This record gives sequence, structure tokens and C-alpha cells, in this order.
Amino acid sequence: MTLLNIENLEVTFPLRSGSVTAIRDVSFTVDQGERIGIVGESGAGKSVSAFAILNLISKPGYISGGRIEFDGTLLSELDESTMQQIRGNRISMIFQDPMMTLNPVLSIGTQMEESILAHRKISRAEARNIAVDKLRAVQIPSAQKRLKQYPHELSGGMRQRVVIAIALLTDPQLIIADEPTTALDVTIQAEILELLQNLCNEFNVGLILITHDLGVVSQVTQKIIVMYAGAIIEQGDTENIVTRPKHHYTRGLLKALPENTTPGEKLNQINGVMPTLQDIPHGCLFHNRCDMVKDVCRKVQPNLQGIASHSVACHFPISYEE
Amino acid sequence: MFAFLVRRLGQAILVMLVISILSFSIQDELGDPLRELVGQSVSEEIRNQLRDELGLNDPFLVQYWRFLKNAVQGDLGTSYFFKRPALDVILDKLPATIDLVVAATFWIILFSVPAGMFAAIRPNHWLSKLCMGLSILGISIPVFLTAIFLIQIFAVNLGWFPAYGRGDTVVLFGGWETSLLSLDGLSHLLLPSVSLASVILPLFVRIIRSEMMEVLETEYVKFAWAKGLSKYRIWTVHAFKNTLLPVITVGGVQLGIMVAYTILTETVFQWPGMGFMFLEAINRVDTPLIVAYLIVVGLIFVITNTVVDIIYGLVNPMVKLTGR
Amino acid sequence: MTEQVLLVRRNIWHRVQNSAMYYSFVHNRTAMVSAAIVFTYVLLAVLAPLIAPYNPWDLTQFDIMDSEIPPIGSVEADSRFMLGTDAMGRDMLSAMLYGTGISILIGVFATCLQLVLGVSIGLIAGYFGGRLDSFLMRVADIQLSFTTLMVAIVVLALFQATVGLRLYEEFAIVAIVLVIGLAEWPQYARTVRACVLAAKKQEYVDAARVIGLHPFTIIYRHILPNTFSPLLVISTVQVANAIITEASLSFLGLGMPVTKPSLGSLIQNGFHYVFSGSWWITTLPAITLVILIVAINLLGDWLRDVLNPKIYN
Repeated sequence: MTLLNIENLEVTFPLRSGSVTAIRDVSFTVDQGERIGIVGESGAGKSVSAFAILNLISKPGYISGGRIEFDGTLLSELDESTMQQIRGNRISMIFQDPMMTLNPVLSIGTQMEESILAHRKISRAEARNIAVDKLRAVQIPSAQKRLKQYPHELSGGMRQRVVIAIALLTDPQLIIADEPTTALDVTIQAEILELLQNLCNEFNVGLILITHDLGVVSQVTQKIIVMYAGAIIEQGDTENIVTRPKHHYTRGLLKALPENTTPGEKLNQINGVMPTLQDIPHGCLFHNRCDMVKDVCRKVQPNLQGIASHSVACHFPISYEE
Repeated sequence: MFAFLVRRLGQAILVMLVISILSFSIQDELGDPLRELVGQSVSEEIRNQLRDELGLNDPFLVQYWRFLKNAVQGDLGTSYFFKRPALDVILDKLPATIDLVVAATFWIILFSVPAGMFAAIRPNHWLSKLCMGLSILGISIPVFLTAIFLIQIFAVNLGWFPAYGRGDTVVLFGGWETSLLSLDGLSHLLLPSVSLASVILPLFVRIIRSEMMEVLETEYVKFAWAKGLSKYRIWTVHAFKNTLLPVITVGGVQLGIMVAYTILTETVFQWPGMGFMFLEAINRVDTPLIVAYLIVVGLIFVITNTVVDIIYGLVNPMVKLTGR
Repeated sequence: MTEQVLLVRRNIWHRVQNSAMYYSFVHNRTAMVSAAIVFTYVLLAVLAPLIAPYNPWDLTQFDIMDSEIPPIGSVEADSRFMLGTDAMGRDMLSAMLYGTGISILIGVFATCLQLVLGVSIGLIAGYFGGRLDSFLMRVADIQLSFTTLMVAIVVLALFQATVGLRLYEEFAIVAIVLVIGLAEWPQYARTVRACVLAAKKQEYVDAARVIGLHPFTIIYRHILPNTFSPLLVISTVQVANAIITEASLSFLGLGMPVTKPSLGSLIQNGFHYVFSGSWWITTLPAITLVILIVAINLLGDWLRDVLNPKIYN
């Protein structure tokens, strides 16, 4: 069953030097309990897409087109107070840097209880019980004691567990995780990812995992969306994307992964840099970095074509012999 | 808590020592106590003898040690003009100054917190722009000018409030007189306290605004929005508590500045407090009173700074007062 | 040769025109108006001896018969004195032109002194660190707990009492600049120190040290440029503060003497006549002072918004 349906989403930032479209024509769906990944370089528009779902785009940005439908409700048409009832309740978020996401002057307990009390009419004591339950669910030892502690008393990995616990407090249907492991040590990254995957499985929660690391998403998600310069250029089942990428950019990303390189050899890299949003090129967004560029690529922008399990926006997609 | 207090006390003693040395050197430099005591008509021989008796010919350190010993026992010398112990004179004037500072602090907190928060939350609202404009004006007008204007408008032209003096006071326990508890006292207090607040209030509005704007951009506030909290909870609990930390630190220093500004306001309004007394003492070269004033004010600084540090520690969980 | 010079000039002008600061300046009406006001004040003050109708420092020019003439627009106005006269029969316009000069002079020189002292102490504390650093910062703490105004009152009173009123009048301007200049260094020192500490963590400073550059070269080339924007912002505000402090001291009778009045002493001079109806003696210099300070502070605000430096109080 479709939980989230985004169609032709467009976000615009009016700036002094003229307005900039941060994302264009972004459409995708998330089913109940489905885990999808959005991959791209910084500035590709992946975080903006995620924040747009909760209408939390930082000012002066605003949603300038498209529709967002969540569980039968049109989110893009909700007023602020109804939206507030969905944020942190039915859709939770996990932020990038656990060192920065928890308020330094409030105790863990306060920050967990307020999150529940904002959405449920229950007593403080009951809220505290839920908080302890969720802390146990994210495998934090001596959960009861943690409630009295402050963020600075916990390690980075612990804090991200607390943030995940906060995201789970109200039993949401969807969690949006924005680079949840980027700021953590490599050893802890794997633990956190596994935890996130297991929890989503256990509670049947949908997950949108935003990352710049194709390696990370491929371990956790069932579907992958690749974004480039504010648009989706390839999407499909994780299996398809990872083993048979059709877009030259996606293939470049996969090749650049250290695990796909023989030790001792130079890492592969994609030449050039992503165009900034102020000077989006005509034609294919990727044409000035693509090895296979043809004349048509410079003139006509390719549309996303293919089937639900794998589609690509490229005039000359990579083909594979079966 | 105990370790913290001991450390703080050590610092305080150090600061007070520095202040006392400086003050004492002033006493040493300025004015001849002998002339104040016996006048001009005594011969040089008797003067020298008196000097010896009073210990004025002793080395600086010996004299300073004597001064310090007396000071610790609460003896800061005798005022030339009032012919009374300097500390007694100051303690008589202290309540009036404290009334003024308390009333000014009241105005500052009452207006700066809502104005600063509002200006941070809605920076483009006309009311915020008005607040910021007024704050620039407030910072730019010297206190004594504000005081003169207030007298001219509200005392002379409109006649709403008295221009001079302290009015009726109510005696509290221990002989402490306050203007805060009588209507007449309050009406006398209004103009001086407003003009005293007029310098510090704009600073507070600006600090609260800029700190709050910074806090509103932090990840934890964005996370709070994503948690679906009400905007009032985000502003008053998540943002304001963090805004408070730097405001408390700067506020402590500003309180000290306010004590200095009482000299100006009290002079314009003839408010019978320490500041007015200090200026008179300076004009009369009443050295013991000047020195006593400096020491008492130094003590006030040290005490307020300690209190500010304790409050800071209570708000900021990253400072451990408990010394675990 | 001249062409080259012209080219360099044009290049600099080009760089100025392309800078974010210039863009913000020409798009900010408040900043432009404030800058124009400050510029006009400075110009008038510099040209005071040429444009002032009288010499306000020359007591022989005053006639007591001319005292307390209101400014033009009133019935009793005198066309010789556009802005009226004070109780001594001194032309207010001339006195204010000269007074503005004295006020600005004190503000600028006191700030320069603070700058030199504060930057040196901050650099030393930050660069050499250790005990020297904690000692200097403790001194800054103590210095801050004595408010400038109070220090200035005590020191100037002391000075006045020791040298006598006549000598004081002669050296007042030096004494005031010294007192305000010496008392307000901690803000500069703390900000510069913080900049140095931040810069020391940068790799280019490490690199400079590794290749054996002299500490002073490192400070001069790599660290000082970073302190430029906070120092500019602080200095703007400090000029305004110094002018206010001087005015406050004058009001208490410890600033510039009436014979060589600053705007502050002119205000003080007329204070006793405010309630007897001669409002202009105080009000005109007061308005002049407030407009100047507001303009400087607005300029400082604009600089703070554009440069957005981290400043430590």
C-alpha cells in the first residue's frame, strides 16, 4: 500500500540575484514499511526533498509546485497547526549530526517526554515509561538513568541512538533519516544502520534514507533514487541500481566506491563538478561530465523513462546483455 | 558546589586585594590627612611629630598592611567632611542606590526579554524594526541627556513626576529604607530608574536578539520543529534557554556598568545615593570616602559576578557546580 | 608610468566596486545616509577655523551684553548669531563647530590608543599562550570590573586635584584621551586573542611555522589580516562610546573645560539655563551630539551585519 506519494515536487528559493529552483519535477512513492534511499552529492537536492515533505524548508525557500500525499492526506495543502500534528508524530526525522541535534541545556528525559506530550494526551509518568521503552529498543544500557543525563554526557553513537529513540517515540509510519551516520565513526556507522534497518522492519515503519554514500543505502534499502543537480536521474530497485546502473553518473558513483577498487589501484572518480543551481545547463544535466556525450545531450533534456523497478533519465543509457 | 565556591572566593579575594591596593595608593597620593585634621596653623615640627604618631612616615607596605587590617574589620577610615566613619556614610546611602538599580533592572528584564525575542523571531516585522531603531537611539543618547530630557518633559512640562529627590521611604527591618514600597517613593523613583535603564536596556535587547537569532538557526531547534513541538515551546524553552547563557555572562558585566552610571543619574536627579555622594566626595577631595566607595563598589562587583556565575552554572548543565 | 598608476588605481577601484561590502553599502540607504552624516561632521570640524564666524576659544571676543540670545526664528534673535549665544555671549554655532572637532578628536585618538594597546596585548596573549596568557586575561577581567566611567572619574579627579585647575584645563584633552584609551583595551585584546587562537589551529599557520618563519612574520602576514573585520566593527562603536564617555565626564565637570569646550562641556555649560528658558544652550549641542553618535552607531551596525565577525566582550 502506498504510504507517501510525491508528484512533480518543485522547491524554489527566491534570492537577491533571482530565484533558484532547488529541486525540479521530483516524483517518487514510498510504500508502507518500505525503505528507500535518496543518493546524491551535496547540493543535489536530496535534503531539500526530504524537508519539503514536512514543510520544513529553511526560509526563504518554499514549495512552488507539485503535490505531496501522505496516507491519504495532501500534506502540501495542510495548515501549519495540522502539519505540526504530523511532524514528529506520524513522520519522524533523524538529523545528520547527533552532536548538534540534541538541545545541550535540556535533559534527555525532557527532550523525549516533550516529544510524546506534544502528540498524546497522557501523563508525564506514562510518557517517561514510553521513553524508557524506546531507549531500550535502541539498545541503550541503563535506560532509566539516561533520562536524567544531558547530551554532553553521552558519546556520539549514543546520542544518535537517542535521536533514533526520539524518532520512534510516537510509533510513526515513516522516518526520514538525513545522513544519519555521516558524522559518526566508521565502526559505529554500521551498528547504527543495522539498528535502523531492524527497527523499521520490526515496527513496519517506512524509511527514507538520505545519503551521499551509495554503499550505505545499498545495505539498507529496497529502492534507490539517484539525484543530480535538483532532479532525479535514475531510480529503481536497489538490486538493479547497484548491479546494473543505467545512468553514467550512477555507474561513476559505484565505480568510485572504495570497495569496488582493487587495493593498490587509484580510486575512480567522476571528472568535473556538479553544476550549481544558478547555472543549470541546457539539455542533460550531466552532459558536461559525461564520457558518452552526444549532440542531443547538449540540447534536449532526457525524461525519466522505464518501469517502476528501474527508470533512468538518459538518451543513451548503459545497456546490459542478459 | 563547595569546590566551586572556594575557587570563586579565592578569585574574589584576589580581585579585592588589587582593588584595595589601588584604592590605598589613591589615598596615599591624594590630599594630606594632616591638613584635614589640624588645619594650616600648626608648625612643621608638630606636623612631623603627628605624622610619626599617625604612622604616615612608615613605608608604603606597612601603611597598606595597617589599612588592610582595618578594612577587613570594617574600618575604612573617617570621612573628612562628614566626620563619621566612611563605611557608615556609604551604608546610609546604599539603600537609595540599590532601589535605583533594582528598579532599573526591573525595567530592563520586563522590556528586553520580550522585545529581543520578538525581534529575533520576526526580524522583518515593523515592530522589530521599531525596537531596533529605538535601541540604537537609546545606546546613542548619553544617560545624563536622557535624564535631562525626562525631567524637562515629565517633570517640568507635564508635571507628572517629581524631578528631584527620593520622596517617602518605608523602613524595613534593620533600618533599611526603601522607596519601592510607597507610592510617593515610586513616583520619585520612576524617572531616575528609567533613565538609568535607558543605556543598558538597548544593549540587552540587541544581545538577546542576536543570540536568539543564532540559536534559532541551530540544528537542535530545527530538530525541535521536526518533532512537532508547538512554536511557543520551541521559542521559550528550546531557544530562549540557550539564548540565556551568553546573556547572563554579558549581563553580569552590564550590572557593574550600571553601578557606574548611577553616578550620572543620581547627579542629575539629586538622588541621595552612593553615586551622588561619590561625586561630592570627589569635589571635596574627601579621600577616605572615595576609597571606601571604590572598595564597596568593588565588593558589589565581586558579589554580583559570583551570583551570575552560580546562575550560569544552574542554567548550563555543562558546568558542574556539584564537583562530582 | 602615470598610466600604470592609473591602472593600479582603477584596479583597486574595480575591486572595491566588486566587493560585497560595496554592494551592500550602495543598497543600504541607512548606511549611506549615516556615512554622509559622519563625513559632513568630520568635514565641518576640520574646516571649523575657516567657516566659524567667531573664535569660541578667544574670550576677548565675547561681549556679556550678547549673552543668552536665542537662535534665529525667535523674536529676540540677532542676525549676528545664527544659533544664539550662551551665558557668556559666545556664538553657539562657532562653539559647536569647534566642539564637534574636539569630541571627534578625543573619540578617534582614544580609540586608536585602545586599538594599539588591545591588539598588542591580544596578540601576545594569544600567540605565546600559557601563563602569560592567563595572567593578561585575568588583568583584562579586573580591568573590566572597573568600569571605564568610574576609572576615568577617579583618575581625572585625582589629576585635577594634583595639578590644579589651570594646568588641568591645558592638558585635559591629553588626560581624557589617555584615560579612555587605557581603560578600554580588554574587548580588543579578547577578540584578537580569540582570532589568534583560531588561526593557530589553521594548517597554514602550522606550515608557516614549519618552514621557519619568524613569529612576527607569522603574526603580521597570517594572523593580523583575520582580525581586520572584528577590529573595524569594534572601533566604529568605540569611537561613539569614547565620545559619549567624554561627554559624560564633561557633564560631571571632569572633561573638557568651558574655555575649550567639547560638545559635552557645551551641554553641561547650558544645563543650568535649561529650566530658566534658555533651552538652546543645552539642546543644540545635545542634538548635534546625538545625531553624530546615532550615525556612527548605525554605521557600526551595518558593518557588523556585513562583516559578521565574532566579537568577545
